[in-house]
Amino acid sequence: MSEWTPKIVAFCCYYCAYSAADLAGSMRLQYPPNIRVVELPCTGKVDVGVLLAALEAGADGVYVAGCLEGDCHFLKGNFRAKQRVAYAKRLLEEIGLEPERLEMYNLSGSMGPRFAEIAQEMTERITKLGPSPLNRQHRKGEVGP
Amino acid sequence: MKSGSKLERVLAGGHFAVTAEVGPPKSASSKGIVKHTEHMKDHVDAVNLTDNQTAIVRLSSVAAAVHVMRAGAEPVMQMTCRDRNRIAIQSDILGAASLGVRNILCLTGDHQSFGNHPTAKNVFDLDSIQLIRAVKDMRDEKKFICGEEMRVAPRMFIGAAANPFGDPFEYRVMRLAKKVEAGADFIQTQAIFDVERFAKWMEAVRDMGLHERVYIMGGVIPVKSYGAMRYMSTVPGMRIPKQLLDRMKAAEDPKEEGVKICVEIIEQLRQIEGVKGVHIMAVYWEEIVPTIVERAGLYPRPEVDDAVG
Amino acid sequence: MIVAEQKPLAEIAEMVKDAERVLIVGCSECVTVCQAGGEKQVGILGTALGMMRKKEGRELQWEGVTPVRQCEPEYLEVLDKKVKDVDCVVSMGCGVGVQFIAERYPGLWVVPALNTKFGGGTVEAGVWEERCGFCGECILHKTGGICPIIRCSKSLLNGPCGGSQDGKCEIDSEVDCAWQLIYDRLKGLDRLELMYAYTPPKDWSRARDGGPRKVVKEEARI
Repeated sequence: MSEWTPKIVAFCCYYCAYSAADLAGSMRLQYPPNIRVVELPCTGKVDVGVLLAALEAGADGVYVAGCLEGDCHFLKGNFRAKQRVAYAKRLLEEIGLEPERLEMYNLSGSMGPRFAEIAQEMTERITKLGPSPLNRQHRKGEVGP
Repeated sequence: MKSGSKLERVLAGGHFAVTAEVGPPKSASSKGIVKHTEHMKDHVDAVNLTDNQTAIVRLSSVAAAVHVMRAGAEPVMQMTCRDRNRIAIQSDILGAASLGVRNILCLTGDHQSFGNHPTAKNVFDLDSIQLIRAVKDMRDEKKFICGEEMRVAPRMFIGAAANPFGDPFEYRVMRLAKKVEAGADFIQTQAIFDVERFAKWMEAVRDMGLHERVYIMGGVIPVKSYGAMRYMSTVPGMRIPKQLLDRMKAAEDPKEEGVKICVEIIEQLRQIEGVKGVHIMAVYWEEIVPTIVERAGLYPRPEVDDAVG
Repeated sequence: MIVAEQKPLAEIAEMVKDAERVLIVGCSECVTVCQAGGEKQVGILGTALGMMRKKEGRELQWEGVTPVRQCEPEYLEVLDKKVKDVDCVVSMGCGVGVQFIAERYPGLWVVPALNTKFGGGTVEAGVWEERCGFCGECILHKTGGICPIIRCSKSLLNGPCGGSQDGKCEIDSEVDCAWQLIYDRLKGLDRLELMYAYTPPKDWSRARDGGPRKVVKEEARI
């Protein structure tokens, strides 16, 4: 069995999180390479189904990163995301997966270092939790990720 | 005479009536009922039997009423609308009357969620006012709710409860009026601690002339301890003035203080025009009833002709 | 509308535990509004059940479909082809929908994913309250538009009872006393005499107590 590194999907809103990611890049900040960023117009676009689908497909961790509360470009999108992430965490518990595999974060577009910090934080958390029980490749013992 | 019951005779004779309450046990034994009845029977005109109070299953009030009669006192059978539909209600009234029960107190009943069987189906086929009307029509018109006639009518003295402290306050007197219209002969109120507020309610009652159409008996509860009184003050519908709580708290002998307060309230109630009696609800303290009756100057009880059978 | 709530996942998973291929059927009307069984919820349930299976090392093949309504045979026709190879249909409709589907496919194992609760409406986003119990004899004109059968915990017709306190019901301080509401409303409409009048016992035979009911409109029977 090959060495496992976590596969983490980050749903980032264009206005804040994705900008912060860009900034982190241009600031040459180091953060774990196993984050797959999905750009959205707003975290309000995220729904429970897509969060679960990511985990079902084998992601070891998922997080949603949106604007600071009160600063959402579309006013309430990040509040909707917050509620949905909370609901999805409860569902994960019923499904039998650790709710800590899913998280919601808020930051502004100028917070490059915070973006890197979040990526680091989530990677550490997921590493501790181990591979997701639904991570097929790991279970089958194939080379990954 | 509507029923010929002792309670009716005492009230009709202009005497200040006294009734007390006995809660049937959660078991198939009449021992406790008989014991309490024998202890208080010379100090009260009638004994109330509660009907699965707070929705906790207890020995049925019809049966309990019979045990009281056998022990030598007159029962007031309480009946709620929570557990029986109109068929069972009318049936139980016929049964109770045939066994010699002459007083019935018609109540809505506490919701079953309060009791030990919260998953039970709640019935409430009738409400308390419809129940009063049903008993009245059975007694006076010899008719069941469906209109059919019966040969021998139940001769019941019809009681109802009143809550002078409930909401909406302005409507409480109207509700009493509705009960009187429906056929209530006597009223037993919820426990009174705030005599001033009760007096206000009685004023409104007198304004409508209701005190002359129905016998109103004020309810009292003797309290054993400060803790018990404080708990009561949290129960919906209870108003307990602060000075009473303070007295209980400071009392060296709380039981004695509780009896004192109860007797004082009874004396104050006797001064209020329209109050024709007192109903003593000595919950889990039935043995104190004779003491209270004596200290309130209500012993011995008046002699009235035996009820016609 | 009919308001329902999804059963816990564990309960639903237990119902379908022997099924390999499942059809999850939503409904685009009431249960979509109360977010219990609409298209979105169908997708979430399918995914969640699939994830639970995967954890056990098994597979679940599922398909989702959300017809207009389940309580109309015509709208269920879209299911005919889809049920051919499934061994279980999970209905995310109200109790009516589940039964219509079960009736249409008597040879299929049809299970309910929801607990159907009551007839009610939206009070605020995410909150639905009971208003109607389908008693068959509406008296809302006598109570200022507030139903005493459903909103009063004891279904009193000559209320309130002695347990009404500060406008709340004795069973729960969050529950309004229906008769306080009725009193306030009738007072505002200057029609308090409606509350002073005696209301005789209800004819429960017109409610479910009289047995399962039917409504027929002859002029609609072509």
